[in-house]
Amino acid sequence: MNPGVLETIRTLSTDDAWVMVVGSLVNVSCGLLGCYLVLRRQSLLGDAISHAILPGLAVAFMLTHSRAVLPMFLGAMAVGVLTAFLSQTIHRVANVPEDASMGVVFTTFFAVGVILITMVARHIDLDPGCVLYGAIEFVGLDMQSRFGLTAPRAFWSLAVVIAVVVGFIVLFYKELKIVSFDAHLATTMGINATLMHYLLMSLVAGTTVAAFESVGSILVVAMLIVPGATAHLLTDRLDRMLMIAAAVGIVSAIMGNILAVHWNTSVAGMMSVVAGLQFATAVVAAPRYGLISRWLHHTSLASRVVREDILAMIYRWHESTRDRSLSAAQVVRALGGGLLPHLAMLHLRVAGLVGPDQTALRLTRAGRDRARGLVRSHRLWESYLAKHFDLPIDHLHEPAERVEHFVSPTLRDRLAEEVIDAKTDPHGRRIPP
Amino acid sequence: MTMNAAAVTSERPAMNRTSDSPGASQSAAPWPVEIHDMTVAYHRKPVLWDIDLAISRGHLTGIVGPNGAGKSTLIKAVLGLVPKASGRVTVYGKPYEQQRHLVGYVPQRESVDWDFPVSALDAVLMGRYGRLGWFRRPRKTDREAAMNALRQVGMADFAGRQIAQLSGGQQQRVFLARALVQEADIYFMDEPFAGVDAATEKAIVDLLRELKRTGRTVVAVHHDLQTVERYFDNVILLNMRVVAAGPVADVYTPMNLQNTYGGRLTILDEVAEAVRQAKPIR
Repeated sequence: MNPGVLETIRTLSTDDAWVMVVGSLVNVSCGLLGCYLVLRRQSLLGDAISHAILPGLAVAFMLTHSRAVLPMFLGAMAVGVLTAFLSQTIHRVANVPEDASMGVVFTTFFAVGVILITMVARHIDLDPGCVLYGAIEFVGLDMQSRFGLTAPRAFWSLAVVIAVVVGFIVLFYKELKIVSFDAHLATTMGINATLMHYLLMSLVAGTTVAAFESVGSILVVAMLIVPGATAHLLTDRLDRMLMIAAAVGIVSAIMGNILAVHWNTSVAGMMSVVAGLQFATAVVAAPRYGLISRWLHHTSLASRVVREDILAMIYRWHESTRDRSLSAAQVVRALGGGLLPHLAMLHLRVAGLVGPDQTALRLTRAGRDRARGLVRSHRLWESYLAKHFDLPIDHLHEPAERVEHFVSPTLRDRLAEEVIDAKTDPHGRRIPP
Repeated sequence: MTMNAAAVTSERPAMNRTSDSPGASQSAAPWPVEIHDMTVAYHRKPVLWDIDLAISRGHLTGIVGPNGAGKSTLIKAVLGLVPKASGRVTVYGKPYEQQRHLVGYVPQRESVDWDFPVSALDAVLMGRYGRLGWFRRPRKTDREAAMNALRQVGMADFAGRQIAQLSGGQQQRVFLARALVQEADIYFMDEPFAGVDAATEKAIVDLLRELKRTGRTVVAVHHDLQTVERYFDNVILLNMRVVAAGPVADVYTPMNLQNTYGGRLTILDEVAEAVRQAKPIR
């Protein structure tokens, strides 16, 4: 970390601490719910709901003429659930693709919300810009004391939200799991999949409402998707996925605020960017599904194949000719040159499968055993293909060249039982025992 | 499981009630599953018409028919997964909704997302969720049951494997293990043999026989006409309506197959010929 950032960390204020706490509450609540949205392939529904609640807020305000929390909350929840319902219904009844129907519903709702707000905005401070970008920087300006603790007003409402979200997931853990994995099976067991769906959507709507005032909907939308998607790349277990998503949310809140203060830029924006960076890191470096791990796996397989090709090549050379010697340079050239054959030669020598003489290659005892197995697999497979498929004899070598690396000793024995003659291959060469 | 029920079913298994005298089922122990005048429609277009069936106890019943015949829909409608336009379903004489715990379900393998972050054991454990009830976590006995079920389908070594890392046949076996831990009395299976390897096919057949031996009733959608006679006791020939239903020996005839598949399959003539040669029509 560069010294400027460390300096920024040293000068962080109590207000900054509250920003990080409030940010963490939002990010963890959204991250946990987001795991389920990601797994149910409903990531965009979070996006849709968080935009569509705008008219709910406006209508609640128009009816009550106040910014009291409860009516706002109820209005937004109602519209949020309505969005989920209408998206589904239009998709089914009008035969419109699901994403299109969702897109139509939430953009229309959002637009209606903007119109409603600008109509009543003359009288109030409900600012559409604020809805999008939020004002998490200023949470420290609006403090409230409860239970002997003075904390930002947003902290109290978000504390309730996170308690409800965590409580919901803990209590309905197995129901959420089975409904998300196999809704039909759940239904046959009497677990109401539709009810769980709308409970989840209500929570998404509720979290969004509670969060958007303080942090804006950009952060909410990001946190409903990115931590869940990141965690999915990093683990194969649902419980760990939830924990990792929460951790990604907390890291985003803390690092996001530090960097935003350092560069004097939007806090909610920077938190979202940090989440995105964590996702990018996971895409590249995740243990099993990351690009690096897949590349390593591929490379290690490729080099094993090259090593085995060299062993078989030396074996065949000595099988066909006794008087001339085969040099390492010839082998590397035969394999097309490049780094991989060189490394493979070195590897074989260090592993003690090939003798040290580079001008006249010799297999060691262990090397000969390995090579014999490979050649046996190759020739048995040729015999097997010749027996079962009507292929010209010069078409047998190529498939066998690929398959020989994957035939285990047990499979080899089964092939030997299958073929007509386990001693000679279709080209008339001896199949080694 | 009880003897008097077996006596009824041996006489009239998986019968098509329309072709039989009505009211007979009231005379003895109720059928495991009875479907009365069921019609199912998608977008107002009927896909199943007037289905009237009684499934006999302790037998393996196959549902056979061409693509789009409504085989999966029949199962889903019985289980309340797609709405019925009309008709009702009873399980041992009572409405299905009251008897859910007696009925297990194996959906089509493609119906779920195998990237879901659970192990094979976790996936099997889901079969217990219905009997656990709200708020209760699976206990040690549930885990043991799940492990036993995996063992029974030859998948014990894969218990900790994420389900996407399993082959298609192994995934199907996980589904079957999950059904086993439901400890149901009646099983509905949607294409359990679809796209599985030979080892899995054998494992499934063994499992079906074991279920039968312990008195369970199994209804399975099946697509391979060649194996119907070997795998099933009864067959339901379906093409939007029930063309024929009953013991394989009586019902699985070239004539009925022709009526089920119509002119849609030319290969069917060959299959019908094979059937005819194996078993002359009386």
